[in-house]
Amino acid sequence: MSDAATANRIAVRKTYKLYIGGAFPRSESGRSYVVTDPKGGFLANAALASRKDARDAVAAARKAFAGWSAATAYNRGQVLYRVAELLEGRRAQFAAEVRLAEGLSARQGDAVVDAAIDRWVWYAGWADKLAQVRGAANPVAGPYFNFSLPEPTGVVAVIAPQTSSLLGFVSVVAPAVVSGNTVVALASERFPLPAVSLSEVLATSDVPGGVINVLTGHTAEVAPWLASHMDVNAIDLCGASGSSPELADDLAVAAAENLKRVVRAGDEDWTLTPGLERMLTYLETKTVWHPAST
Amino acid sequence: MGKFEYAPAPESRAIVSLRESYGLFIGGEFTPGVDGLAFKTISPATEEVLAEVTEAGPADVDRAVTAARKAYEQTWSQLPGKERAKYLFRIARIVQEKARELAVLESLDNGKPIRESRDVDIPLVAAHFFYHAGWADKLEYAGYGAAPRPLGVAGQVIPWNFPLLMLAWKIAPALACGNTAVLKPAETTPLTALAFAEICQQADLPPGVVNIVTGAGETGRALVTHPGIDKVAFTGSTEVGKEIARECAPSRKKLTLELGGKAANIVFEDAPVDQAVEGIVNGIFFNQGHVCCAGSRLLVQESVYGEVLAALRRRLETLRLGDPLDKNTDVGAINSAAQLAKIRELSEIGEAEGAQRWSPPCELPVKGFWFPPTVFTGVSQAHRIAREEIFGPVLSVLTFRTPAEAVEKANNTPFGLSAGVWTEKGSLILWMASRLRAGVVWANTFNKFDPASPFGGYKESGYGREGGRHGLEAYLDV
Repeated sequence: MSDAATANRIAVRKTYKLYIGGAFPRSESGRSYVVTDPKGGFLANAALASRKDARDAVAAARKAFAGWSAATAYNRGQVLYRVAELLEGRRAQFAAEVRLAEGLSARQGDAVVDAAIDRWVWYAGWADKLAQVRGAANPVAGPYFNFSLPEPTGVVAVIAPQTSSLLGFVSVVAPAVVSGNTVVALASERFPLPAVSLSEVLATSDVPGGVINVLTGHTAEVAPWLASHMDVNAIDLCGASGSSPELADDLAVAAAENLKRVVRAGDEDWTLTPGLERMLTYLETKTVWHPAST
Repeated sequence: MGKFEYAPAPESRAIVSLRESYGLFIGGEFTPGVDGLAFKTISPATEEVLAEVTEAGPADVDRAVTAARKAYEQTWSQLPGKERAKYLFRIARIVQEKARELAVLESLDNGKPIRESRDVDIPLVAAHFFYHAGWADKLEYAGYGAAPRPLGVAGQVIPWNFPLLMLAWKIAPALACGNTAVLKPAETTPLTALAFAEICQQADLPPGVVNIVTGAGETGRALVTHPGIDKVAFTGSTEVGKEIARECAPSRKKLTLELGGKAANIVFEDAPVDQAVEGIVNGIFFNQGHVCCAGSRLLVQESVYGEVLAALRRRLETLRLGDPLDKNTDVGAINSAAQLAKIRELSEIGEAEGAQRWSPPCELPVKGFWFPPTVFTGVSQAHRIAREEIFGPVLSVLTFRTPAEAVEKANNTPFGLSAGVWTEKGSLILWMASRLRAGVVWANTFNKFDPASPFGGYKESGYGREGGRHGLEAYLDV
């Protein structure tokens, strides 16, 4: 292969689509929007998701919930660890994408991808620890065996961080799915491409279709449909809280309609080891009583 | 079958000395309200006026929050956990010492049978303070980090169904975790909360750590929307819970909600019928069905439907309804005229929608608010009596064929507070328990409560837990 031939080769570009129920549809609205690098250079057209796309994604997440929540914790842990393995194999691709999207240096891009991979590994390991850390045998005053176990709350809508397109995205999605919830994630509006590429990794991993659904589009347009959707059980407002507190307040009010569990925190230093808040918000505690008698 | 005749065995109400009127408990003292407004609390069994109670306005709520803030900053948050614990132990002991008085007062003001206030409510109140007292100096072991911090001032609004017990569920963990509290009891049942204020005085609890503001919905609204509180805890209807969630959404107040339910009580064909019937009766007729986790939907496996219904009817014919202070009474008075109207309305809708209504022969007292134990059969999932919380002694009976169908029907509700399962098959219990979307699952029992056992709902039954290690999270900055 000569240098001249390489220089003349026209690249095969990727179409950035939505990821819903394990498939890659374009927006049903037929719309897209231009994604640029920080200097304004054209990167790609991303799908501009609509209300219908959001609803389709919630339906896909609901459908996937029964299977994913019933999987053994050991199995979920392995499936999520597998995502980290695949990401590691595409480390260079993701580093380049994050660099381009967020305008990072090569070293910064590498660091972000490494941290994102390590974050998957960290959360994967939580899958079969949560019940022991969050469960309990309760010493009630009577002849009963009484225990409490954590269970996933259901479908979690995630408004992903606006500034950290990959590490931030992973840091808000993984804590929801690790315990058996299914997710509809709205990627960073300005930097959506790394999340879309991540969905391509998810599609080739063992994560069942519908467990993680990825939308791209305008936060102010799509997030209200997720916040008010009556079949969504919890919502992470991170991507709104950080950049548009008024929108976050409106979303929180809409979320009250069916008493969604809400994470309000905005952007944080995503390189730090996370606390448990996100995982705990998406967990219900179920307490079971049974008589102990002859 | 003939009913046993019982001679009346009334508990003496002489043990209770009521004042004519009560002020608000703010900063350790009873004080009159700023606006001079008052309302009367009555005995729902006789409609007799028991006392006049102050209606707290926004200025009173503000005074209470200020007192709680001052107490938080100047005394309570400075106190080591082991000293906070001693106050809670003291309160637990005083509750035990006054148990009989409190039980009579509760039955007078609420209408619940003395047997329940004496054997369930008040002993659990003491147990809650004992349990949480022990946590006060051990919070670092609760799993919320090495030095978990309190939130500050808690605003707490409680319902009328278990007045003093709900107060204990709110105040004991709040204080154990280092918070101070402003609590509003329900407008129909303020008296035991005011008696509790006197207990705080006897215990020498520092002024302002507990404040009691009496009033109705407007007082509650003033409290939960007050900018000076850091934490809102509410137990009550889902409708009001959603309103509070909306009100608090733009704030950073930590919120926990314990709301309505429409629990399925599921009886399989291999269940011991007599035990199951006791569980069904306890599930829906305990406390006149004024229980958020009441087993208001009975799901019976088709093969034993006739047998279970016949046994249930036989058992209901032996229930004794009447004077709450009579120690033989099983079913007391409905708490208020408004609640009675709601129960009547939904029962009429049940009939209008085509379900069959049945009650045992049962003479209702002339005065007061009463509703007989009622069973609806031929109920479909679409009927309003199968979907809406009635909060009264009304049971809707449905049937199922397979365990999967039972799960499907049990979960077919926006609520998710509790559920019951009756079967001798252990594997089926665990299979069902893991699939029922409810915060508490009672297997071969029902309506059991304990301070060590986390309680709270899935879905629109609210969020947060009360009781156990899990309940501490609601009052800690985690």
